[in-house]
Amino acid sequence: MSVAKDQSAALDRKKLLGDPIMMTTIVVLIALLTLFILYPLAILLVDSFITDSGPSLAVFDRIFQMGSFTTAITNTLAVGFLVGICSALVGLLFAYVEEYVQLKTKFMRGLFALVSMLPVVSPPFVLSLSIIMLFGKAGIITRYVLGIYDNNVYGFWGIFIVQTLTFFPVCYMMLKGLLRNIDPSLEEASRDMGASRWKVFTSVTLPLIAPGLGNAFLVTFIESIADFANPMIIGGSYDTLATTIYLQITGAYDKQGAAAMAVVLLCITLAMFAVQKYVLEAKSTATLSGKASRARMLTTDNSVRIPLTLLCSVCAIFVVAMYICVPFGALFKTWGYDFTLTGKWFAQVFTKYHGLQAFGDSFLLSLIAAPITALLSMVISYLVVKRDFHGRGFIEAVSMLAMAVPGTVLGVGYIRGFSGGLFHTGLLQGIYGTSAILIIVFVVRSLPTGTRSGISALRQIDKSIEESAYDMGADSFTVFRTVTLPLIKESFLSGLVTAFVRSITAISAIILLVTPSTYLITVQINEFAEKGNYGIACAFATILIMITYGAVLIMNAVIRRFGTSRATKADKEAAEAIGTDYVESGQVEEL
Amino acid sequence: MAKEKKGVRLDHISKIYQDPKTKKDFYAVHDVSLDIAPGEFVTLLGPSGCGKTTILRMIAGFESPNEGEIYLGGEPINELTPNKRDTAMVFQSYALLPHYNIFDNVAYGLKLRKVPKDEIAKKVTNILHLVGLDGMEDRMTNQLSGGQQQRVALARALVLEPGVLLFDEPLSNLDAKLRVDMRNEIRRIQQEAGITAVYVTHDQSEAMALSDNIIIMKKGVVQQMGDPLTVYYEPANEFVADFIGESNFLRGTLAEKDGHHGQATIEGNPVDVSNVGHLNVGDDVTLVLRPEAAALADEGVLPCTVTLSRFMGNYHNYQVKVGDTLVKITDFNPKNHKIYDVGDEAFVAFGPEDVHVL
Repeated sequence: MSVAKDQSAALDRKKLLGDPIMMTTIVVLIALLTLFILYPLAILLVDSFITDSGPSLAVFDRIFQMGSFTTAITNTLAVGFLVGICSALVGLLFAYVEEYVQLKTKFMRGLFALVSMLPVVSPPFVLSLSIIMLFGKAGIITRYVLGIYDNNVYGFWGIFIVQTLTFFPVCYMMLKGLLRNIDPSLEEASRDMGASRWKVFTSVTLPLIAPGLGNAFLVTFIESIADFANPMIIGGSYDTLATTIYLQITGAYDKQGAAAMAVVLLCITLAMFAVQKYVLEAKSTATLSGKASRARMLTTDNSVRIPLTLLCSVCAIFVVAMYICVPFGALFKTWGYDFTLTGKWFAQVFTKYHGLQAFGDSFLLSLIAAPITALLSMVISYLVVKRDFHGRGFIEAVSMLAMAVPGTVLGVGYIRGFSGGLFHTGLLQGIYGTSAILIIVFVVRSLPTGTRSGISALRQIDKSIEESAYDMGADSFTVFRTVTLPLIKESFLSGLVTAFVRSITAISAIILLVTPSTYLITVQINEFAEKGNYGIACAFATILIMITYGAVLIMNAVIRRFGTSRATKADKEAAEAIGTDYVESGQVEEL
Repeated sequence: MAKEKKGVRLDHISKIYQDPKTKKDFYAVHDVSLDIAPGEFVTLLGPSGCGKTTILRMIAGFESPNEGEIYLGGEPINELTPNKRDTAMVFQSYALLPHYNIFDNVAYGLKLRKVPKDEIAKKVTNILHLVGLDGMEDRMTNQLSGGQQQRVALARALVLEPGVLLFDEPLSNLDAKLRVDMRNEIRRIQQEAGITAVYVTHDQSEAMALSDNIIIMKKGVVQQMGDPLTVYYEPANEFVADFIGESNFLRGTLAEKDGHHGQATIEGNPVDVSNVGHLNVGDDVTLVLRPEAAALADEGVLPCTVTLSRFMGNYHNYQVKVGDTLVKITDFNPKNHKIYDVGDEAFVAFGPEDVHVL
């Protein structure tokens, strides 16, 4: 049959060549993905294995000799493990309460919506700022409520609390979807056979979502490991892998060592990503196929309702309070000592600290990156879901791979890969140190989430709709323009805003690549927080949150205004799927 | 009305797929050669997985054949992409463009062909009249019933005046009554438009009602090709006999032969048969006996015991045992016939022309 197979392959190739736009798109995409995702990672491997005297493990030997590096590995894994467990549990609590317990007040429902919204609009390190302001040496709670004057929030517990609070909403959104898909009659059957509510939870609900819980744990684990901003601000002397790599470059100027460390970090996240993607993700959806046959009876039993909602409220209010801290941090004269309101921090942002330029640069670069990302991710999802060609697997794998690459690793890869040009030949060296490379990093960092939401949106669209257009005489480009894109415009719009928000709040890869002449908001916040100048940091962060929140508001308004009039069931489901995925993809994992 | 009726010819077409589980290659379509005349209505009929839809998708260009060449109106089209082929397909799920109204759905292909605006309007109005959707131009697709959506899908394909119209189980999402109405409509419109049509279905009554010719497939291989009468009364093999209508298979040997006539021995009983020219005395024979072609009587060819007797309204249903062979008999309009009960001894009665010899 091999000869016969060749004919079909040859015909498919010819058909592809007869479609020049499609062909060009594929070639350009593969080139871009190779150049800006695979190549920087490959160069890290090359750099760390090949020394002046040929291939050797000398660099790895050297970095594993460093006590600070091995400590960083243990630190990172310890924090990540604990954060993963706690985030999954808190996420489960929230998801369970939302799906199983009757929430009586509008206030409670609002609180839940707010919690799921926050990770979308929040810059990654905001909670670190506020925990310092609440529990630090001059913290309101530690100093004025508890009367402790020398509390040290920096270190393991600081990172742990901040990361848990930052990441649990992601778990909450993931688990909510799973719990919703459990057929209530399973639990009712078990209850009917005499199980107590607790027994139902442990013997039916929990086993059913166990793979999903594992999935949530690993996703958070990966995010925690890859997190740069929080350990940077609140870690103190407690270094994690991401910060160690950063210091290795900016402090020790040891780029080769940093490259090797980045390889180690990459291996850890890739391994977990592989487990998460291929073992748990498949299992977590396989066990819960199909939809709930009807709505679940929500618990009104006060002995369950009151403690659970109380617990959630405390958590939620705590998180919200931490966010509220930030604008006040920018409004008080001296946090912790002088609580008179002042506009001086906001004023100083613009008069002394290049505020206008920073916002201008960040805004402009993100504004350029967002449409590129949104369009690219839609094109990639279209190709992956709807077309069959050689290289499809490659495109899908590489754009998903970017999800498992921590920003710090990518940053080091770009330094090694482009500062001396391609393979240190000077080719393409021109883009290093320019705004172009920052835009490229923004795009690469947001591409996986955009692609993932695009893929799930496109999977909802019957393949034959596009085939029918193709059959009626439209070429690939026309099909994409007149059919695919209009059908997924919500997903496209939310991809646009998500990419914008992610870009404008990005820091981990950017901080390694930004030049002194470019001011970015996140880099400024990091700098002032490092210096302990919280007033300025908070002022920057407040304005940043306002920008991102504004972007999300505009997007929602646009979707409502131009949202389609299609109201078939499938479409509604698609819209819902996009909606949840939007929040999921907006998870602001600042890897 | 079609610009030009085009015939479709498949020349030794094969398609190989890989089993996703076992990773083994298998033939989804194996060495299929067909010649469909211009203006003909041909149905590909078979159980799911028999390769009928694959053939349709190869004609449309969504799949590429591993072996062989496909011709449309005499031209080889293997290398053409679907948008360059003079085919139009009606999809099982209708595949209407949900963000367009009815007019824009039907006009979509015409716009791509840069037909002038006023001409598009005229053509769309005409075709919507043909399918009975006058005045529905501004509706959105989700405001239509299943049958109406089906008509839009048909209009959208017809308006392009394609060389060949392809149908992929277009009626399977409709309820039973609508299905009967729509299949009559499709036949009427195809005849009026005089367009070549290839229709895929697993529903034998649809195939019977619609087609000039029926192609019966099993596991990627064509079993029989012929008009509805031929495939029903002269099935090529047991699969065809069983797939189209109901059949009893009476197995035995050929005892005597005189030209085309002969005598077979079934469960020890002599049975006169005709059309045995292709067999020799002593050969195994299988007689295909349709349940409605046999009668239950006090005298007849094969002695039997009644094992099931059910009155069904417009017919009476029997199952009888002839030796070890189970035979189904359908008695239409049984009102004035003798009714046999379970356990009764009787005979299965039929003439030599009532059975088909395999």
